[in-house]
Formats: sequence, C-alpha cells, structure tokens
Amino acid sequence: MSINPELQGRVYPQTPGYLVGREKIREFSRAVLSANPLNFDVEAAQAAGYADLVAPPTFAIVMQELTLQQLLADEDAGIELSHVVHGDQRFSQSRPIVAGDELTATMTIASVKTLGGNAMITSESRIEDAEGNHVVTSISTLVVRGDS
Amino acid sequence: MSLDLQTLAALSVGDVIAERDFSLTRDSLVRYAGASGDFNTIHYRDDIAKSVGLDGVLAHGMLTMGLAVQPVLDWLGDPALIDDYQVRFTRPVYVDAETGATVSVIAKVGQLDAEAGTARIDLVVSFNEATVLGKAQVRVHAG
Repeated sequence: MSINPELQGRVYPQTPGYLVGREKIREFSRAVLSANPLNFDVEAAQAAGYADLVAPPTFAIVMQELTLQQLLADEDAGIELSHVVHGDQRFSQSRPIVAGDELTATMTIASVKTLGGNAMITSESRIEDAEGNHVVTSISTLVVRGDS
Repeated sequence: MSLDLQTLAALSVGDVIAERDFSLTRDSLVRYAGASGDFNTIHYRDDIAKSVGLDGVLAHGMLTMGLAVQPVLDWLGDPALIDDYQVRFTRPVYVDAETGATVSVIAKVGQLDAEAGTARIDLVVSFNEATVLGKAQVRVHAG
C-alpha cells in the first residue's frame, strides 16, 4: 500500500481537551531522566513564577501522539505503524506546558514526499491552551518504508 | 538564576556550556514507553527488533531527545527561555539487556547574537563513540 499524496495540506479535527496533571508531569520527567526541581517540586515551580509543575520541553510529544493516532486511523492515508521510523522532531514553543493546562492539538500535514520506495510525511501539530493561545507547535517527520 | 543578557554576551561560539552522561537500561525504556504512550515493540522485544533489521532493542528516539536537553535546561535556569528544540534521528541507541547503554551529551554554543539576546546551543549526543542525533539544536533567549 502506498502513501496517499493527497494527504498534503490535510487538516485533522482538533483533539479533545487533554488536562495536564502533576503526576503525569512527574512520571514523564522521571522517564526522561530529569532531576530538575521545576518538574517535581510545586514550591520550586511556584517560586520560579509558574502556577504549577513545569513539563519538560519534549512533553508535547504526548499531545502529538494523539494526533498521530488520527493519522494512523485514517484509512485513506495508507500508513502502517510497523513501517514507520521517526526521522526528525521539532518543538517551537511560546511557553512551557504547566500542570493544569487543558490542551488541544490540531494537526496539518505539511508535506508528503516520496524518495525511492519510501515516503516522508511532515506533520505540524499546533497545541493551544483552553484560551486558544499558542503553547507549542510539534513538527515531526515520519519516514514510511515502502513494501519490499 | 536564569540566563541573563550579560552572561549570554560573555559567551563565545564553541564554548561548552554543559556535559553529562546518561545511563540507560531496559527498565528506562519500559518507563519511557509507559510515560509517553509509545509502545512500539522494537523498544522491548529483541525478536521483533531483529525481524525488522535492527541489532536488537533500541531506545526511543524521543527518550534520547528528551534527556539530551536536560543539561541545557539546568544551565538556562528557566525553561521558558527555550524557543525551539529540534533533532534529527540518525543512529539507533542499542540498549543491551545486561549492560545497558551510556549516552553522552555535550552542549556547545553554536551561534550567538548578543544584540538580539539569542543563542543556538548545539548538542553532540553520542553512543559507542558515534553521534546518534544530527542537527540537534536548542534555540534560546536571555531572560
């Protein structure tokens, strides 16, 4: 099955709200081997001017994961997870994610390129808070290996 | 303390601002899978990893990306000073079931604009003497 070139430019529906919890931030922070008090200690985060615990910069991947599920579930896209390799990743942030944020993500397929038997899909997931303000955009290129 | 304009202006391109080694075990991968929701089997099953042409279980690229920025965050002080963080995944980090893996991170000043108060920090991230991330760059501003 090959990748549908018409994916380019497609905008997926905004994900349901995701409430960022303290314990989720602690869990994710331990997982990326953080020892930063802003990720674990509410008092330290508040002393630094934040409302609550601060998430590590790559925490936005949890939101991107939700949009990736939309792409994989799109039968019209022609993507199988077992054929997918992560090519590159980028986060452009307006501010860090903080516990208590209610986030949504809206994914746009920025480009679809084929190179040899492989396809490269670049997606941009715009992550906003409950007020609709930009928090971070997560940009990812997935390499989908062709059938061999 | 967070990075201020004065500290930024005193930097030079090439300065090493932080370095750290991280030890990964198979436990680290299970923990990251649970925390991130990425349950791709190549991160915990050698047989499946080998069936798709890999040497064995490898770390999630996003785990490597996530840990590599930690020394920069500690140096910056305030995580809001990061504007942009990007990497390219170029080589796998194989995590041996018994001995694990060590990932080394060296963070250097790659570009500096003292007037604008911005810098680009380049990360050299290696495993087994070879770099595993390409174009690993953190764009920051002074607070």
